[in-house]
Amino acid sequence: MTDASLKITPLNAAHRALGARMVGFGGYDMPVQYEGVLAEHRWTREHAGLFDVSHMGQAKITGADAIAQFERFVPGDYQALKAGKQKYSLLLNAQGGIIDDLMAGRPDHDGLFVVVNAGNKDEDFAFWQANLSGDAKLTVLDDRALIAIQGPEAAEVMVAHEPVLAEFGFMDTARLMLFGVDAYVSRSGYTGEDGYEISVPAKDAERIWNLLLQDARVKPIGLGARDSLRLEAGLPLHGHDIDPTTSPVEGALTFALSKSRKEAANFNGAVRVLKELAEGPARVRVGLHVKEGAPAREGAEIADAEGQVIGKVTSGGPSPSLGKNIAMGYVPPSQAALGTALQVIVRGKPAAAEVVAMPFVAQRYHRKPKS
Amino acid sequence: MKFTKDHEWVRLEGDVATVGITKHAADQLGDVVFVETPEAGRAVSQKDGFAVVESVKAASDVYAPVSGEVIEGNDALASAPETVNADPEGAGWFAKIKVLNPAELDGLMDRAAYDQFLTTL
Repeated sequence: MTDASLKITPLNAAHRALGARMVGFGGYDMPVQYEGVLAEHRWTREHAGLFDVSHMGQAKITGADAIAQFERFVPGDYQALKAGKQKYSLLLNAQGGIIDDLMAGRPDHDGLFVVVNAGNKDEDFAFWQANLSGDAKLTVLDDRALIAIQGPEAAEVMVAHEPVLAEFGFMDTARLMLFGVDAYVSRSGYTGEDGYEISVPAKDAERIWNLLLQDARVKPIGLGARDSLRLEAGLPLHGHDIDPTTSPVEGALTFALSKSRKEAANFNGAVRVLKELAEGPARVRVGLHVKEGAPAREGAEIADAEGQVIGKVTSGGPSPSLGKNIAMGYVPPSQAALGTALQVIVRGKPAAAEVVAMPFVAQRYHRKPKS
Repeated sequence: MKFTKDHEWVRLEGDVATVGITKHAADQLGDVVFVETPEAGRAVSQKDGFAVVESVKAASDVYAPVSGEVIEGNDALASAPETVNADPEGAGWFAKIKVLNPAELDGLMDRAAYDQFLTTL
């Protein structure tokens, strides 16, 4: 039974045919699991997991001013981005808060291809419609599906279909004919593993999904494991770990601040971002190893060693790969050093925790040596 | 064995009730990764949250199907929470409760009624 208020992706029937358990997420009826979260998590770490991420927003920003206009609201240097590359960035409000996090790339010579979060896409697209000026035009690609294939065997699976994909390094992107259709492909993902994200016309999605599942190395993976995989990889989930009140500095996302853009200070929210870079933020996102008791989930309080509440957990749970409980949350910078002993309060009970480095599980991206 | 609408089961032997969560509940939760069972001596009232079961995704309360005093929590679940998935209505029991008022069980469903209830969800 589907909640009638939920939208569906082009792969909805395929998920149901696979016996997925469906839940509402980001306004869509999505598979949370097929055979089970733990098995799917482990399969992705060991083989290749297939994810329907068609709920995410896809769009192109084109026109002579596309990149200059896009840059006004993100802190990344997209003028310097070469065709065939993509870059993670943050859509910022005037206060330097994160409206959304996104991928934007140049798969072809026609402006930018952007992918944004499902729950924010209507807001993001409205923001760009209202704020892009000059010769820059937003075109929402709502007739496309997005499929991710992730894991150490993902490249072998994909290269068997299209040899040129072997040449891609992490964050390379292209528009090419794949499975006989016009596809946007990037070597990236949200699991910490090597893999690809593939945008295809909606009408072809089910055929391509089923074709990939014929490979014995590939299994379908639901949103449950997607969440535990990204948590282990230390990747923030917008609306939970970062939101319109958190800045890139607080969110520990300063890698997304390009040097040239910081120097020019010409992006939305630059005043706050530069001030926090110079003086330090009031709080910062850290990784926690919860050393005893129950998993600490979103909303659990974080206390210092004396029991004084200093922050909150924004994501947390068991790490299937590590066999221990991990979390991310915000604490003052004075309590953020690696090895700092803290506590998390779960159902009224304090449990020992320690600040640890993120990613919790090493990322295994396919980085090519710089030429 | 009797069942609640919150998917707990209870089996009465003398005045001691063994309680746990149903197979349906365990299947719906998916992989159980953490269980918190009550300590002996704790007084519980029917419908009180008295234990917690956690999957990868979320924590869920388990409600006492009967009132009484906990005489034993299943400590084995701390190191082997997956037992709740493997044998929810056997080795995956949560607690034994010394029952105050056996008549409380009359208000619960028998197996046939519970199975019928599941078809309405």
